[in-house]
Amino acid sequence: MSPLQLIRYSFTMLRRDWRAGELRLLALALVIAVTSVTSVGFFTNRIERGMALQAAELLAGDLVVSSSKPMASDYRSDAEALRLLTTETLAFRSMAVAGDLLQLVEVKAVSAGYPLRGTLRIADTILGADEPTADIPEPGTVWVDQRVLQAFQLEVGDKLDLGALSLEISHILAYEPDRGGDFFNVGPRVMMNRVDVAATELLGLGSRAEYRLLVAGDDEAVAILRKDLKGRLLSDEKIIDIKEGRPEVRMALERASSFLGLAALISVLLAGVAIAMTARRHAQRHFDTSAIMRCLGAQQNTILRLYLLELLWVALLGGIAGSLLGIVGQEGLARLMDRLVLATLPAPSWEPAVLGLVTGLIAVMGFAVPPVAGLVQVPPLRVLRRDMAPRPISKSLLYGAAAAAMVLLVAWQVRDTELLIYVVGGAVATSVLLVLAAWSLVWALGPLRSRVGISWRFGLANIVRYRYDSVAQVVSLGLGILVLLLLTLVRTDLLANWKASLPEDAPNHFLINIQSDQVQGINAQLNAITQDPLQIYPMVRARLVAVNDRPVSASDYDNPRSQRLVTREFNLSWSASIQADNDTVDGRWWDEDEHGQQVLSIEQSMAQALGLALGDVMTFNINGSQLSVKINHVRTVQWDSFNVNFFTVLPPGVLDGFPASWITSVHIPMQKRSELAAVIRDYPNVTVIDVDALMSRVRAIMDRVNTAVEFVFLFTLLAGVVVLYAVIQTQQDARGQHHALLRTLGASRRQIMRGLISEFLVLGGLAGLLASVAATGLHWALAEYVFKLSFSPSPWIGLMGIASGALGVALFGSLGARKSIDTPPIQTLRGIN
Amino acid sequence: MQKIPVIEARHLSKHVSSTEGGLTILDNISFQMEAGSSLAVVGASGSGKSTLLGLLAGLDIPTDGRVLLDGVDLSALDEDGRARQRAGRVGFVFQSFQLLPSLTALENVMLPLELAGSSNPREAALQVLDRVGLSSRLQHYPSQLSGGEQQRCAIARAFAIEPRILFADEPTGNLDQRTGARVIELLLQLNQELNTTLVLVTHDPALAERCDAQLELDAGCIVDHRGPVVVMQEAEQ
Repeated sequence: MSPLQLIRYSFTMLRRDWRAGELRLLALALVIAVTSVTSVGFFTNRIERGMALQAAELLAGDLVVSSSKPMASDYRSDAEALRLLTTETLAFRSMAVAGDLLQLVEVKAVSAGYPLRGTLRIADTILGADEPTADIPEPGTVWVDQRVLQAFQLEVGDKLDLGALSLEISHILAYEPDRGGDFFNVGPRVMMNRVDVAATELLGLGSRAEYRLLVAGDDEAVAILRKDLKGRLLSDEKIIDIKEGRPEVRMALERASSFLGLAALISVLLAGVAIAMTARRHAQRHFDTSAIMRCLGAQQNTILRLYLLELLWVALLGGIAGSLLGIVGQEGLARLMDRLVLATLPAPSWEPAVLGLVTGLIAVMGFAVPPVAGLVQVPPLRVLRRDMAPRPISKSLLYGAAAAAMVLLVAWQVRDTELLIYVVGGAVATSVLLVLAAWSLVWALGPLRSRVGISWRFGLANIVRYRYDSVAQVVSLGLGILVLLLLTLVRTDLLANWKASLPEDAPNHFLINIQSDQVQGINAQLNAITQDPLQIYPMVRARLVAVNDRPVSASDYDNPRSQRLVTREFNLSWSASIQADNDTVDGRWWDEDEHGQQVLSIEQSMAQALGLALGDVMTFNINGSQLSVKINHVRTVQWDSFNVNFFTVLPPGVLDGFPASWITSVHIPMQKRSELAAVIRDYPNVTVIDVDALMSRVRAIMDRVNTAVEFVFLFTLLAGVVVLYAVIQTQQDARGQHHALLRTLGASRRQIMRGLISEFLVLGGLAGLLASVAATGLHWALAEYVFKLSFSPSPWIGLMGIASGALGVALFGSLGARKSIDTPPIQTLRGIN
Repeated sequence: MQKIPVIEARHLSKHVSSTEGGLTILDNISFQMEAGSSLAVVGASGSGKSTLLGLLAGLDIPTDGRVLLDGVDLSALDEDGRARQRAGRVGFVFQSFQLLPSLTALENVMLPLELAGSSNPREAALQVLDRVGLSSRLQHYPSQLSGGEQQRCAIARAFAIEPRILFADEPTGNLDQRTGARVIELLLQLNQELNTTLVLVTHDPALAERCDAQLELDAGCIVDHRGPVVVMQEAEQ
């Protein structure tokens, strides 16, 4: 048969199979899979880009080039040639003077257009209400941190001297998007207009300053510029990456990606089950066709190619239809989101459409091709003996292909190795356990047959007699119900837990630079405001000078984050016990008898960035003296809890004698802010940092994720219904025969229907029972190991699983089986469709 | 020069194992057929008629013995090799018609032509469909045809490739008497016109009588034979 003839036949077959309804369910499952993947893909793509835009706020642009000297080349013109927005900033440290008081400040000189992303917020009184502004300081004026006003005892309208220039303080700078970094390590901010810099005469040759070029605009143009710059930057010029933001926001973004990845993944897996079930039925219905073709001289290869072509057309049609529906679906959702969150999402990129098409192909290859490929094994003798079925397809091929497809799809969807291992390992282990459990349950039903009425006996007899099919059905249905239950749990519970980790009364103010003799007084005053006992932590500033006795410097590391970590000051703290929002990863925390020993607990990401492990010795320079400590403990920190946390903690007693300042975090409600201001007046050296704005950004991300997951849940629900329907359909042919026989023997329609319903109730109930047990187990594993959140089992999940399984299967099952009951028995027995 | 028989069965046996031990379906069957002859295989249900047909057509493999079509030993070939032997050379007519439900009457008839690599399958199919009186039903699907029409379509499909050999398994089994008679007329007529070697399995004595030779099976053994079929069973025993 020529390739053209093969293609023509595959189309003919597709048309006919489609008309006969055989492929519709497979295509529907595929369309749902692709629609959910692409909707989620398009949507998460937009959300991620939206989030990246939010993250871009932390840079005040989409791309930042930073240099310690004026930049050698005119990168700004390059960016403008790509129609990108640009602006420049210049940051340096200097002494500010007011009267006879001196204070080291962080000066930032900005030009028109700054910030390109995010908004500046200004206020006019200390801790007073702030508002957004699109302006920058006028020439001759500065905007300053409230810390500056505190330090100099100044007010808005007073003068501040910077070098040779005297500038008027026109506003308090309440929020600056790209302040970034660690605000405990930097001096208070003074923001001025760039045109005034020269007149200060502060920047001579060799002065330390950071020159930044900020760029924003079209993604592709930014990408082009980034690529272009990478090859041209000089050694002291670098591109700053978007994800290098504040750890709180970075962690929130990573969690968001995990949630959405998981949600997308679940609908893909469900659709895979549905596709496998429908493909199996499709193959079974083509046994005769394959046998006749073999009989007429068709080679196995011809038959294989013919059916593969037919599946290819289905995959392409499903992929295209699903992608188009995905675009429609995500657009509707995006509009809804826009109204809810009042943020404009960027347009999606084309990648999710490719993702949809490839997902369709992979799903068909993995889940549909193996059962259909089994058609080449149909013995031609079947034309004479209809009972001759093909040799069953090798189980390793069947499950191997499905597993490979699953791994591929999951890997592509989540792009997170840890989650991939958990999901795939979990799915395999769960399937094996489900099969074993389903087998035992079906076996246990046998003895019940003799104790029930005729309708139930029909139902139970069917389940027990067709044991393999029953187990397959319970497992498939169980998997379907399992993912729905799991998603319900994940959606409601994990999101709730996540939100609970940042409660309404989470600390929103940090107080730093508290001196040792002020600890008691501040504690008492803040207690009076909050009525809560306060945790105040000590902090000793230190510089890392050596690791394992080898001196370290920024040039030892390639990663910008590692370079920054090495060059900045470390805040060493001490504590007798590990903080509640920290988790041990490696090693162990110290006992009381180890207090005073020179050991250290380090935060995991810092250890990774610096290439440190248990047993390594870090040497710090503290005020001129050296202290060497051995890493004894590695831990994770839940940065988005907004509690005071430290990268490095030592046991009590080690840092005695070194100069320490103290730090605390406290939740001060809006209406009590003036009371906090009063405390600050009593302790002018103490600095207050307000993190309300940062927290509301983290909360906004949480809300977005919640809505997104709810949206995905709808698709999963739809895919679940198709699985249910597919499972029922696969049994339809055998059921039809069975019903025709029963009716010929005199069973009434009502009796058959009751038997069916009892069968479906039992099957669905068993599947629901198994699913709820498995869902609880997986829920625990996900909470414990992936999301690192506390696990709270849901007592109602078992009841919900059994009830939804039994009722859902009985409802859709009896609806689906109605046709076979209504068909005249003679028609079924003659095999006329 | 010795003429090669079109069909030759040599000591064909088929055993199957079941839970109650081994079961012999065919036992040491040997015979030859000349080109253009027709043979009716008769016998009671379960006598092994259809099994023999399946073995002769290479749809199944014997436990012992060999089948040679035009001198080619089918047992030396794999599944695909046997399919190649059938393509373009062997036609089938079945009791249950076995038309492909997804193809129209015309497409069903074109299929074996295309599998055999025929240069103009459509023309050939149209001709043979005209010959069996189905010109007006070309675009109908099998489910839209009556039983008699379906069997005529199956006959057209079988003869479209002008086969050397035609295997027919109870071709009138699913038809009423009148339709069955018409179908048989058509089958024999085409057989004669195209000089096809016909092997026909039937339990209808009248139909068997119309073939050149008859072979009667009982419990897997040849118990009687008539006409120009060379049965070698007795000679070798």
